[in-house]
Amino acid sequence: MARVVILGGGVSGHTAATFAAKWLGNSHEVVVVTPNAKWNWIPSNIWVGVGQMSKEEVTFDLDPVYKKAGITYKQAKAVSLNPEGSETETKPFVTIEYTGQGKEGTSEDVTYDYVINATGPKLNFGATPGLGEGSQLGEHTVSVCTADHAEHANHKLLESIEKMKKGERQKFLVGTGHGMCTCQGAAFEYIFNIEHELKKAGVRDMADIKWISNESFLGDFGMGGLHMKVGGYVVSSKIFSESLYTERGVDWMIGAHVSKVEAGSIDYELLDGTTGKENFDFAMLIPPFAGVGLKAYAKDGSDITGTVFAPNGFMKVDAKYDAGAYENWKASDWPRTYQNPTYNNMFACGIAFAPPHIISKPMSSPNGTPINPTPPRTGMPSGIIGKAVAHSVCDLMTKGESAKLHEASMAEMGAACVASAGKGLTTGTAAAMTVYPVVPDFEKYPGTGRDTDYTFGEIGLAGHWIKHILHHLFIYKAQLKPGWTLIPE
Amino acid sequence: MAVKQEEINFSRNEQSETTMLPGSFAKAMRTNVIWQFIRFVAINLKMLIVVSKSH
Repeated sequence: MARVVILGGGVSGHTAATFAAKWLGNSHEVVVVTPNAKWNWIPSNIWVGVGQMSKEEVTFDLDPVYKKAGITYKQAKAVSLNPEGSETETKPFVTIEYTGQGKEGTSEDVTYDYVINATGPKLNFGATPGLGEGSQLGEHTVSVCTADHAEHANHKLLESIEKMKKGERQKFLVGTGHGMCTCQGAAFEYIFNIEHELKKAGVRDMADIKWISNESFLGDFGMGGLHMKVGGYVVSSKIFSESLYTERGVDWMIGAHVSKVEAGSIDYELLDGTTGKENFDFAMLIPPFAGVGLKAYAKDGSDITGTVFAPNGFMKVDAKYDAGAYENWKASDWPRTYQNPTYNNMFACGIAFAPPHIISKPMSSPNGTPINPTPPRTGMPSGIIGKAVAHSVCDLMTKGESAKLHEASMAEMGAACVASAGKGLTTGTAAAMTVYPVVPDFEKYPGTGRDTDYTFGEIGLAGHWIKHILHHLFIYKAQLKPGWTLIPE
Repeated sequence: MAVKQEEINFSRNEQSETTMLPGSFAKAMRTNVIWQFIRFVAINLKMLIVVSKSH
């Protein structure tokens, strides 16, 4: 019996683990190591952040699901990898430290035949002074990155609404908290949900709402922007986004690196080198992401972290990391199998893999501060990659080391994004967008880098209904209820 | 003659001057249940094609 250990139980890790358990059955062991007791459908955290859903509605306990699937569940965080074993252990192993199950703080070495790194990101609040310490959110701003953060954000939002009802004007600042952030989409959705809730509460005229982002233009979304079909036109996402913001009376500041956060204000630096201060009463700033800080050691105990991981802490896979300048970047730089080039029994999926480079055009201020979005690797791509990696590992375990690996390049995969504003079935609207492929391929689609037949955007209730359906469908799927495999990632 | 909402939004600041804004008909269609049901079917079909092309 062989063992595959999956590090992380988020969208990608959970997808990989559940499909591996289904395909391997009882003949091999599937182990999940995740520090969390609950699974979280992160896209719906936005609704928790405006009080339209409870934390319980977007999370569920992992333990009974893994018991049902026959998965060995260890509530622990991975600390280090020994891909060659050690002087006392012949097999490769991962060292974990328990965070629950009554073993908090104790360490264990878990041997493996294959390992899938799906740890997701470290929420690197500490990268911006005042935004937080390490991976801990600070006291001046809020976040919607976790269900707990979103619940806290809603409390702060309600406080602001109460102040406005008493006649006190409030300034809302939403966006990215560092020049190297990703996940602009989540902040984009949150700002319009706030605007919608303020209208509902009858206090919109008491609020000034401003977007702040590291994008060089509105609608970059970490994908270098996109051209999409809107109402029969092919429109730049810049126009599409500017229209949304203008229609809702939301101002924007782009090309911004937040350099410091204090109570009620942020310091920023713009792409043109100018610096300034922006005040706020309520701020939701997404932190930059980094790898979770896994170390790697060789058999003799020497540190090989730099061999296995990129400097940002994400795991190296079959990407072209030496593509050079922006002009040389190609769709083929992006990984296809997510296999580590040094140790072929190690894979990474979701946010945990190191991308070859960013997608947006690299930019920096005259002071040398890099200000550009990093590539999004969440949601649909994350699930598809997790499934492809699980398929590869299962084939390697059941058919032998010559088995053909499955592929899932982000340059050949689309993504659907539904950004809602409000939650009612007949009120509020949503921007429903698809992009194909996520990474533009200018050799295949010389015009815009993408297929404009399948890259489109539309605003209306229909997107709203889709968001509702996705919420229930993906939680149903993640709980492995009957027919779960029929629901696509 | 009353100032239309889109005219107010266009004149908010320089950033807002050069974009496009929906008029009252486009806005009404966004929440028209019959039209949105048709769009719901169309968007779902397109998304299913994107999903199938991605696997």
